[in-house]
Amino acid sequence: MAFRSSTRWRFRQPSVIPGFGLALGVTLTWLTLIVLIPLSGLIWRSSGLGWSSFMALVLDERTVNALTISFGTAFIAAVVNLFFGVILAWVLVRYRFPGKRVIDAMVDLPFALPTAVAGIALTALYAPNGWIGSFLEPLGIKIAFTPAGIVVALVFVGLPFVVRTVQPVMEEIDKEVEEAAATLGANRYQTISRVLLPGLLPAGLTGFALAFARGVGEYGSVIFIAGNLPYVSEIAPLLIIIRLEEFNYPAATAIATVMLFLSFIMLLVINSIQAWSRRRYSNGA
Amino acid sequence: MALDTSTAPSAAPSKLVKAATSETRFARRTLIIVALGFVALFLVLPLATVFIEAFRKGPAEFATALRDPETFSAIRLTLIVAAISVPLNLVFGVAAAWAIAKFEFKGKAFLTTLIDLPFSVSPVISGLVFVLLFGGHSALGPFLQKHGIQILFAVPGLVLATVFVTFPFVARELIPLMQEQGTSDEEAALSLGATGWQTFWHVTLPNIKWGLLYGVLLCNARAMGEFGAVSVVSGHIRGQTNTMPLQVEILYNEYNFVAAFAVAAVLALLALVTLVLKTALELRYSDEIAASRRH
Repeated sequence: MAFRSSTRWRFRQPSVIPGFGLALGVTLTWLTLIVLIPLSGLIWRSSGLGWSSFMALVLDERTVNALTISFGTAFIAAVVNLFFGVILAWVLVRYRFPGKRVIDAMVDLPFALPTAVAGIALTALYAPNGWIGSFLEPLGIKIAFTPAGIVVALVFVGLPFVVRTVQPVMEEIDKEVEEAAATLGANRYQTISRVLLPGLLPAGLTGFALAFARGVGEYGSVIFIAGNLPYVSEIAPLLIIIRLEEFNYPAATAIATVMLFLSFIMLLVINSIQAWSRRRYSNGA
Repeated sequence: MALDTSTAPSAAPSKLVKAATSETRFARRTLIIVALGFVALFLVLPLATVFIEAFRKGPAEFATALRDPETFSAIRLTLIVAAISVPLNLVFGVAAAWAIAKFEFKGKAFLTTLIDLPFSVSPVISGLVFVLLFGGHSALGPFLQKHGIQILFAVPGLVLATVFVTFPFVARELIPLMQEQGTSDEEAALSLGATGWQTFWHVTLPNIKWGLLYGVLLCNARAMGEFGAVSVVSGHIRGQTNTMPLQVEILYNEYNFVAAFAVAAVLALLALVTLVLKTALELRYSDEIAASRRH
């Protein structure tokens, strides 16, 4: 399948490196077969529904509730992760303490641990008879089998996104900037809030958006701890599966399309944050 | 805070400067405790729970749970699915990285975005798209049925969903690494008379091998642990189309907690091995994996 690169692909800049046609051909074929055709199949199916019936399916009360729960809990979890993730990144970059390496490696656990395993472990911990749940029970706090349980699962899943986007940026901060702020009379609090944190804003927002986007679509870790009560703790991905099991394909397709559309918007937002931060902060770097 | 260096003893200024660019002892301790508490609560405790619950009734029960024929077939299926999906995405990842990192062409940024697309799609939707494509009511459904080709509720469907979900891992790892390395090594090899394949095997591959291993490691962890996408296309046929994570769900929903956590413990062990290898790669070969991965 080796194309004669000079005649076939004129849109690329000349290079002595061979294999462009083959590499791009494999990439595009695989991308089209695995990702593009299946995804456009979904869009095509949903466009076949017609606008009014599509809207009727999307505005169904149970669907709206499920979407609200998915996006609401993912938002809260991302806020929690932004706060604790920045502290954790700061501690890992700036301070020395025993076991630091292990903690640093542990941050990636949610990437490596299968979501179903995380789901049953968190449920066992936060259930009324679990280690943590039994502490909270007398205080009247219920986590498992309520929307709060969904937030707990999504905090677990989203944590590495914030830490791993903020951490490298923090490592790059020039100590001289802080020294300059200090010599100009800023106290430590002012240096952190006016000098350091604004520089971390783009990375923080990117991490937040990544954690949020991941949380919205998350399924495996949530369904065990959520209790899955319709209108209360039923997430949108679960409702898709329920509709599929009822052979209600139009409803499953409609919910999936809305979620897909919203994730595309998230992707655009993430990309524009990164473009903005490159423009804003590239001068000094 | 004015620093009068002329009158202060020589040790004092550096002490003052240090104080101005670091937090007080109290603030430092508080932040470390908050961070460690958070890690303990959300990462360490859940991981510990998996193993404690698995061995709650002793090692004998744990071993019995793993010897169950359905669990055994789930382990086998998970290995088969990963053994097919990971090499497919490995080849794709190398090809994509070669095209994107070694050449300048129009639409490159767009192509990179498309490759990342599966990361922003919910796993459930990743499974759903294949049900819509190959299901009984789809355009392809009747054709497949007539020719006796089973895709959904069988290994091909599980592989497709897994490949979709793990699609970006290897490419994403290699693209920044190969961009960093540039093309001068390859150009030198070519000018000395090496063919394209020789250049790839003897120059590029040795340069990227650790980064490649890193990507494969992450890809494999996700392939073996994937739940949502696989759950949609599997059909949950016991002993036939259940992967390990699906087997965990079934056992758990049957209140067979020891068995569920036993299978979960095997998966958690896999996650730990992944983390250890990943950390080792980051520490030992930090120059030979993508810059974004170096800590």
